[in-house]
Amino acid sequence: MTQAQVLAPAIPEQTVWAERVSWIDRVPRWVSMLALLIGFLVVWQIVYLIELVSPIILPSPLETIEDLFVVGRNLLTGDYMLMALWITTQEVLLGFVIAVVLGFALGVLVGETAFGERAVMPYLVAINTMPKVAFAPLFVSWLGFGIASKVALAAFIAFFPVIVGTAAGLHAADQNTRMLFKTMGASRWQTLVQLKLPIGMPHFFSGLKNAAVLVVVGAVVGEFLGGGKGFGELIRVAAAQLNTPRVFSLIIYLSLLGLATFWIVAWAQRRFVFWHKESVTEETLAQ
Amino acid sequence: MAVVSMAGEAVAPVGLMGRPVYELRGVSKTFVRRNVQALDMVDLVLREGTFSSVIGPSGCGKSTLLKIMAGLQPPSSGSVVLEGKSVMGPRRDIGMMFQQATLFPWRTTLENIVLPIEIRDGKGAARAKHDQARQLLDLVGLKGFENVYPGELSGGMAQRAAICRMLITEPAVLLLDEPFSALDELSRDFMNMELQRICLERNATTFLVTHSIPEAVILSDVVYVMSPRPGRFVEAITVDLPRPRTLDMMTDPRFGALVHRIRSHLDKGAFQ
Repeated sequence: MTQAQVLAPAIPEQTVWAERVSWIDRVPRWVSMLALLIGFLVVWQIVYLIELVSPIILPSPLETIEDLFVVGRNLLTGDYMLMALWITTQEVLLGFVIAVVLGFALGVLVGETAFGERAVMPYLVAINTMPKVAFAPLFVSWLGFGIASKVALAAFIAFFPVIVGTAAGLHAADQNTRMLFKTMGASRWQTLVQLKLPIGMPHFFSGLKNAAVLVVVGAVVGEFLGGGKGFGELIRVAAAQLNTPRVFSLIIYLSLLGLATFWIVAWAQRRFVFWHKESVTEETLAQ
Repeated sequence: MAVVSMAGEAVAPVGLMGRPVYELRGVSKTFVRRNVQALDMVDLVLREGTFSSVIGPSGCGKSTLLKIMAGLQPPSSGSVVLEGKSVMGPRRDIGMMFQQATLFPWRTTLENIVLPIEIRDGKGAARAKHDQARQLLDLVGLKGFENVYPGELSGGMAQRAAICRMLITEPAVLLLDEPFSALDELSRDFMNMELQRICLERNATTFLVTHSIPEAVILSDVVYVMSPRPGRFVEAITVDLPRPRTLDMMTDPRFGALVHRIRSHLDKGAFQ
């Protein structure tokens, strides 16, 4: 042993070293998310205990969690809250479909034709700058207190990002690809369907993601202002009764509806725009 | 075979005697709105099986010339005749290739290659060309890549696929707009030799626009030197190096002399 060590030429020690990564960047995702949630609840509890905010308007976290179970049981047993959630879900889905169909059609008009870009777009921009919520009373007087007025407001609030996404997508094809299609003798229709629409899909889907969030806003605001039997109405009533734990737990369940629509769009994007790296790998919550 | 005598030409390679495929006579192009004369009385004859290049400084009208030859733009005056018929728009017997491969990422390599057929004749006709497309993939050395999406191809491989897409319609003339200039130098040299092999194998009539003098010389039978504003040919230089060319020929004194001659034209133009 010692002999071999003497005879062996001097081999430098291996230079193995680890790059330093700060501990906060090494925490697993679920741990940091959970820690953040617990921290938030603790601060909330402290604010409640020292009565920084009057307990009448701010419930304790425990009360809220307790009410989450109450509402959850009601939803699971198919009671009136489930009916309310179903009504709001219908409004959200119908509003979303209308926003997508209308937004896509207008987006193609604006993005593909000179007439649309020059004449229609300025009006659309003008409409978009209006506070759309202010139209809610109009929709109620036109369409009544039922589901239709809420669907209309939801679609109205959500359709603009779809127009912008579609139109931006139609401009995404670069000079080279358009020239290539020209050399192949492609018609305007072929260029639209085989080149511009597929290339524009990532833009279209980011418009859809915005719309998926806005459509829930539209439906709930519609219920606040136009009554009905949806989840928004439950929140309004709970707030009027100063039942703040109920308001919080209803909002939390409502946000699940928003997440669900968003996830459906994100799933569709991964499925249909499989060839676009950013669309496939992007964090689903990033827009 | 009709042998056209070419007075003034030095030793013309056999190919230069071939049947004229593409003829331009007195082609001029003026952009009225910008008040720019891009091309002035350009005459050009591409003979069957020959490789010609045009070289010139940026903005000399090369791209305009190529667009006119591809039927993407009308000339202001002059005649543009391919296979005896005036070019009045894009045609299936014109094959074109650009600096970017522009393959579509939602189509497999095979589907990209048959796209020109699908656009012109529909999906059924495109499917009928799948076998031919596979043979072309074989020709360019991409065998086995037919079901791969372009995102997985390297730059050179993507350009090989673009070559297949250009060849699938069996065009009478190939128009190449700096096809390999986005590649690194090693791949570019290699792809140029591949291009020569493919052109020789198919007896293709080819017209190349390039910025690179060595590239023009190593590939071409004739190099047209273009002067800017208005663009016109100042000299047509016949390259009499034997075929097939090899990269080693770049060290040949004759090669150096040709490069030097072209360079002197371009340097003169640059300081005018």
